[in-house]
Amino acid sequence: MISDSFLNRLKDILGPSHVDHSEAGLLTYAYDATPNFQSKPDVVVMPGNTEEVSKIVKLCLEHEVPIVPRGSGTNLAAGTAPTQGGLVLLFNRMDQILEIDKENLTATVQPGVITQTICETVESQGLFYPPDPSSMKISTIGGNINENSGGLRGLKYGVTKDYILGLEVVLPNGDIIQTGGKLAKDVAGYDITKLLVGSEGTLGIVTEAILKLIPKPEHKQTLLAVYQSMDQAAETVSSIIAQKITPATLEFMDQPTIGAVEEYAHIGLPTEAEAVLLIEQDGPQAIVENDIEQIADICEKHGALEVTIAETEQEANQLREGRRAALSAIARLSPTTILEDATVPRSEIARMVQAINQIAEKYNVGIATFGHAGDGNLHPTCMTDARDEDEMERVEKAFEEIFAHAIECGGTITGEHGVGEMKSPYLAWKVGERGLEAMKNIKTAFDPHNIMNPGKMFAKDTKKRITI
Amino acid sequence: MSIQTDFQDRIEENELLNCMRCGFCLPACPTYIETQNEVHSPRGRIALMKAVRDGEIETYEQVEESLNVCLGCRACEPACPAGVNYGHMLEEALAIFNEHHQPSMKEKAARRTAFNHLFKNQKRMEQATSLLSFYQKSGLQKTTRKLGFMKLFPKHMQQMERVLPKMSKRKREPEAHFPAVGGVKATVAMFRGCLMDTLFRETNRSTIQLLNEAGCDVVVPDTQGCCGALHGHSGEKSGATDLAKKNIEAFESVDCDYIITNAGGCGAFLHDYDHLLQDDDEWSERAKAFVSKIVDFTTALVDLDFTEKSLNIENHRVTYQDSCHLRNVMGVSQAPRQLIHAVSGAHFIEMKKADHCCGSAGIYNLTQPEMSMQILDHKMESMMETNATTIITTNPGCLLQMRLGIEREGLTDSVRAVHLADYLLEALNHQ
Ligand SMILES: Cc1cc2nc3c(=O)[nH]c(=O)nc-3n(C[C@H](O)[C@H](O)[C@H](O)COP(=O)(O)OP(=O)(O)OC[C@H]3O[C@@H](n4cnc5c(N)ncnc54)[C@H](O)[C@@H]3O)c2cc1C
Ligand code: SF4
Ligand code: SF4
Repeated sequence: MISDSFLNRLKDILGPSHVDHSEAGLLTYAYDATPNFQSKPDVVVMPGNTEEVSKIVKLCLEHEVPIVPRGSGTNLAAGTAPTQGGLVLLFNRMDQILEIDKENLTATVQPGVITQTICETVESQGLFYPPDPSSMKISTIGGNINENSGGLRGLKYGVTKDYILGLEVVLPNGDIIQTGGKLAKDVAGYDITKLLVGSEGTLGIVTEAILKLIPKPEHKQTLLAVYQSMDQAAETVSSIIAQKITPATLEFMDQPTIGAVEEYAHIGLPTEAEAVLLIEQDGPQAIVENDIEQIADICEKHGALEVTIAETEQEANQLREGRRAALSAIARLSPTTILEDATVPRSEIARMVQAINQIAEKYNVGIATFGHAGDGNLHPTCMTDARDEDEMERVEKAFEEIFAHAIECGGTITGEHGVGEMKSPYLAWKVGERGLEAMKNIKTAFDPHNIMNPGKMFAKDTKKRITI
Repeated sequence: MSIQTDFQDRIEENELLNCMRCGFCLPACPTYIETQNEVHSPRGRIALMKAVRDGEIETYEQVEESLNVCLGCRACEPACPAGVNYGHMLEEALAIFNEHHQPSMKEKAARRTAFNHLFKNQKRMEQATSLLSFYQKSGLQKTTRKLGFMKLFPKHMQQMERVLPKMSKRKREPEAHFPAVGGVKATVAMFRGCLMDTLFRETNRSTIQLLNEAGCDVVVPDTQGCCGALHGHSGEKSGATDLAKKNIEAFESVDCDYIITNAGGCGAFLHDYDHLLQDDDEWSERAKAFVSKIVDFTTALVDLDFTEKSLNIENHRVTYQDSCHLRNVMGVSQAPRQLIHAVSGAHFIEMKKADHCCGSAGIYNLTQPEMSMQILDHKMESMMETNATTIITTNPGCLLQMRLGIEREGLTDSVRAVHLADYLLEALNHQ
């Protein structure tokens, strides 16, 4: 619980209208997109600038009040569920694109800008910010940076960390520091920029970021291939990469997903097919056309039942429709939807998808898998009901086995959603006890009083590692 | 019964749980965009309803405030990957609150006149509007404006008064039949709508004429009444149910292929009659049959190839403001645009966020004037960016709100707002 004097000092710093402790206010910031996590904070604040953030941090340090930085609360790892109460820090008032520098190809932004706004703004000037999480319509850049979010274009263009050149950060003691800069090369000291990326609000508060931009690709083409077997689809993926073609997008859906999509959207996908690949290439027109032709050949060579190349943007949209509708189609089938992101090396995809389907059968739970075939980032998505305790237990077991299997294949428990509180009991499975210790030491060095997003990333106990 | 038990009985837990809190609806929600506060977002409102159900919140006033600020525009529904039926939960929650407590005096006064006196009773609506017509025609309007009588009302009400349309001189024909021009392609029954039938009677006539030209025999059953939307959206559920039954009966009495509406707000509510009456054994099947025939006039005109007609207007720039309910509930967004595109001389410029609510939302601009005006002012900014001289809408509430916006911006000399039916008739008659 927080004291009246703490509240009053917050109001002095921010003005009363930017401090909310109404019951409804606290309740609507008690959760994020993670199923089954809800816990009210003590107060919600909306700072307008970096100095105010710094003052808030100092005040919280003095009173040992936990700080939960929050973008749009769309993360899937309970990263912003205030499970230890405290103060939720919002960036809605720090939502400006401060500068687009066409000479250095950078954009300087505040943390509350919506990802899509950045993409649209820079694209209108012929530039390109590639990281495109499916949640980009509402996710903030602050959230993307702190989750190191990926997206559909990850295979060719990389993920958020590849586009962060510098940060302004308020440290857990209230100090304001600048890291990196508009520089392609910079080896002055530790790379704190990269350390902060993906730190899930546990090391500091990002109050400004310098993003790297690239020229906008001039042309784009889309192709859809349907397969009788998952293996053929996986061979296609490997073979495309072996031919030294790197598509901008290489997405897939498995049979349960195809079934759900077809039932929901009626777009004419053969429901008996085991896999669908959606492939896009961008770049100079001649190269794109050549690549797409080659890719079509490869698809056919590996036994694709159907290969469709879009001739117009409208047709491309139709081809994308199925993959785009995947989550909607699945989410409608049950009250609770659990979206996971186990990730494996690209070469292991077919094996992993098969394992997931076997595990789902073993525990009698409904799981459909879609995802980014190009970079091995899978989204096994479970359709369940949080009220059914027996089933939830089986779901947990199934996911544990999926995580274990992913690690066995040289993969990871999370490719882009982050650890947060939800996956913290499994972190050691991936990084090892020593690795975990090293991470904890970093945390303590930055935040000795553990006020930054406590309870996230590090769990009290690691789950017993299951062997398969 | 407590509010909590009513929530438990009447708001489906499955529906609440279906919300996975992904936040995808946030950028579609006008009140979230304006406030940047989750309390005024769809995700927040659903969480608050769930909290009432689960006994996790005590300050019901705050929940009710959040629901009252909601426009009911339902833009959150098409944005939602999980297919959450927000609108139904909202209506039920409002109805429960309404049954349990006394609204504020101001709201009560606005509601009492609006619901019990005007909308529920077609005659009274006519009397009220005849009064308005008398007031306009007698010159009293000018005098009272001069006297500053209207100053006694809030500013936006004064502006509202200035934008109310002139009453039609035309008397409505009872149970009327309007034959198709040329061969009969379809027989349709026209839903009049209470606002449309009084303040916008000319627009109803235009709609009928367009339908006739497109090959429709049009009948207008006389015993129909208000659709009940304004009741339903404000928690007056029993009033809405009575009106629904009356309308179903009225339209069962005529033999028709479609029931046509020309007001997105009414159309969507008629479209939801099956939900409204789902637990009523006697009425649920009849409601389904009724709903299956509801079609917006724009869809009907496009289906009947009205776009092939010769439609002309002198060169000008035009933009379209979606009716929320037409777009989000009835799923009609392309047909109106196709019709405007069919008019040669009309240079169509899509306005930014045309699919976002204009802030009219039934009687929202009376009950939540501040939010309504804030939304309207932003809407007008997007409108002015298009440099259009004509704004087209498909719903009377939106039309009035657009006119109010034009008035507030001081653009009455250069910009007009018209209903699509009137616009198309103008284009059809243009030589
Ligand atoms: C349907 C759905 C689809 C998704 N698809 C993808 C996808 O394709 N790829 C992907 O990578 N993710 C995806 N996500 C996950 C999520 O959208 C991303 O993690 C996103 O980056 C979160 O952004 P946000 O603004 O909502 O951040 P939040 O959820 O509010 O916060 C995320 C983390 O960042 C911290 N944080 C936020 N702002 C700051 C700041 N300024 N300073 C310090 N810490 C901060 C928070 O404390 C938290 O730990 C998806 C989520 C959903 C619900
Ligand atoms: S109905 Fe409109 S105002 Fe209400 S929550 Fe949905 S989008 Fe927001
Ligand atoms: S989009 Fe749907 S599921 Fe997601 S938060 Fe909004 S209502 Fe809930």
